[in-house]
Amino acid sequence: MQNGPAIEFRDVSFGLPGSPEMVHDLSLAIPWGEMLLLLGRSGSGKTTSLKLINRLLTPTRGEVHVEKRVTTEWDVIKLRRGIGYVIQEAGLFPHFSIERNIGLVPTIEGWEAAKIQARTKELMELVGLSKDIAKKYPRELSGGQRQRVGVARALAADPPILLMDEPFAALDPITRAELQREFLELHRRLRKTVVFVTHDFREALLLADRIALMDSGKLVAIHTPKDFLQSDNQFVRAYREAFSNDFMLEAIKPPRKEVV
Amino acid sequence: MSFWHFLVQNRRQVLDLTGEHLWLVGWSILLAVAIGIPLGILVTRVPRLNKLVLGSANIIQTIPSLALFGFLLPAPWIGERADRLAILALMLYALLPLIRNTYTGIRGVDPAVVEAGRGMGMTDRQLLLQVELPLALGVILAGVRVATVLCIGLATIAAAIGAGGLGEFIFRGLAMVNNQVILAGAVPAALLAIFADWGLGWLERRLTPQ
Repeated sequence: MQNGPAIEFRDVSFGLPGSPEMVHDLSLAIPWGEMLLLLGRSGSGKTTSLKLINRLLTPTRGEVHVEKRVTTEWDVIKLRRGIGYVIQEAGLFPHFSIERNIGLVPTIEGWEAAKIQARTKELMELVGLSKDIAKKYPRELSGGQRQRVGVARALAADPPILLMDEPFAALDPITRAELQREFLELHRRLRKTVVFVTHDFREALLLADRIALMDSGKLVAIHTPKDFLQSDNQFVRAYREAFSNDFMLEAIKPPRKEVV
Repeated sequence: MSFWHFLVQNRRQVLDLTGEHLWLVGWSILLAVAIGIPLGILVTRVPRLNKLVLGSANIIQTIPSLALFGFLLPAPWIGERADRLAILALMLYALLPLIRNTYTGIRGVDPAVVEAGRGMGMTDRQLLLQVELPLALGVILAGVRVATVLCIGLATIAAAIGAGGLGEFIFRGLAMVNNQVILAGAVPAALLAIFADWGLGWLERRLTPQ
């Protein structure tokens, strides 16, 4: 299982009839254990690309290979249960307790109750959740806690691949930074293959083994974070400048206030 | 003779007719739930059927109740007994709120939650039974409540075709031009509707998540 890429896009396009393609001729191989950040603006096709991996969407042209098999040849339920999925706002089931949420995939996979309980406990520890909240419901938790539950739930059946769709985007900056650091730590320990969608340049630099930049459905650059900072690709430069302006604005704020 | 006296004097008959009334309403709601909820689920799965199913239920709703009883009279087996006829007609009226609320309830579940479930490999059946129906339960129960109150009111007309129920008093009172007798049918029917509304409302609040 470990040889060859974990995930591979081969000339993949996706579009709905009568509208421009959302992903266009995407070719990309993601090796085992890599954390790949899909970076891009809203509507650049990064979430669409992610959903092509667990076949929430099916390519209109080309093939997506997961573990060397085309997604359309997989039994779709089996494919998805082997891929952890974390989305923004966590997508937790509001009517399930925290432990039931975390134990969801093991439950539908038919594990024994005792084994599910042990696994749930282990995962809550792993993502830094106190065991007192096991019986609580998602609405009783803070945004940061909910997102930790989302990560624990995705890891429950120990899938080799994780898909994360802007998981930390809705959090306040301090909680976000905390979860990013912890997630990086977790990734170093577990070495899952992670595809992580974000529009946050800083998040990409912090987490990525490689950053894939998308624009209007196309992959326009793919670099390690270090090369990304030096690349003179026009799209990369635009992104870098947007964020450096952002830093500069912050830096010049106080003097401006004095003038006014 | 006051209304209260009439009620006390005829308490046996009031109770009997209330029992008949509940029997008619109970059966029609039970059947409507058994048919309406699956139909509501079906139209969330096969959107093309949406117009047909909801449209038909809507049309039935616009038929005046007396006319509907008349239409169904020639139906075999059903037409043989007045209570069967009444139950069928009431059931048809109860269908619309049940189909519509099941449909809107399921469609109203947060799409992110459904997509998360699907993305984690839940089958369509698991999604329906473990996620969509439990989260839509409050809305579906609201449909049951509306349908029940509606049927309790409409069931009074069933007396016109001899199906019994509290409508007997109302029609008798009308014929006798006696308000006490009319009220002896109308007041218990109204109380039944209020109790059903309150009881099902309580259940709805109890069972609605959050």
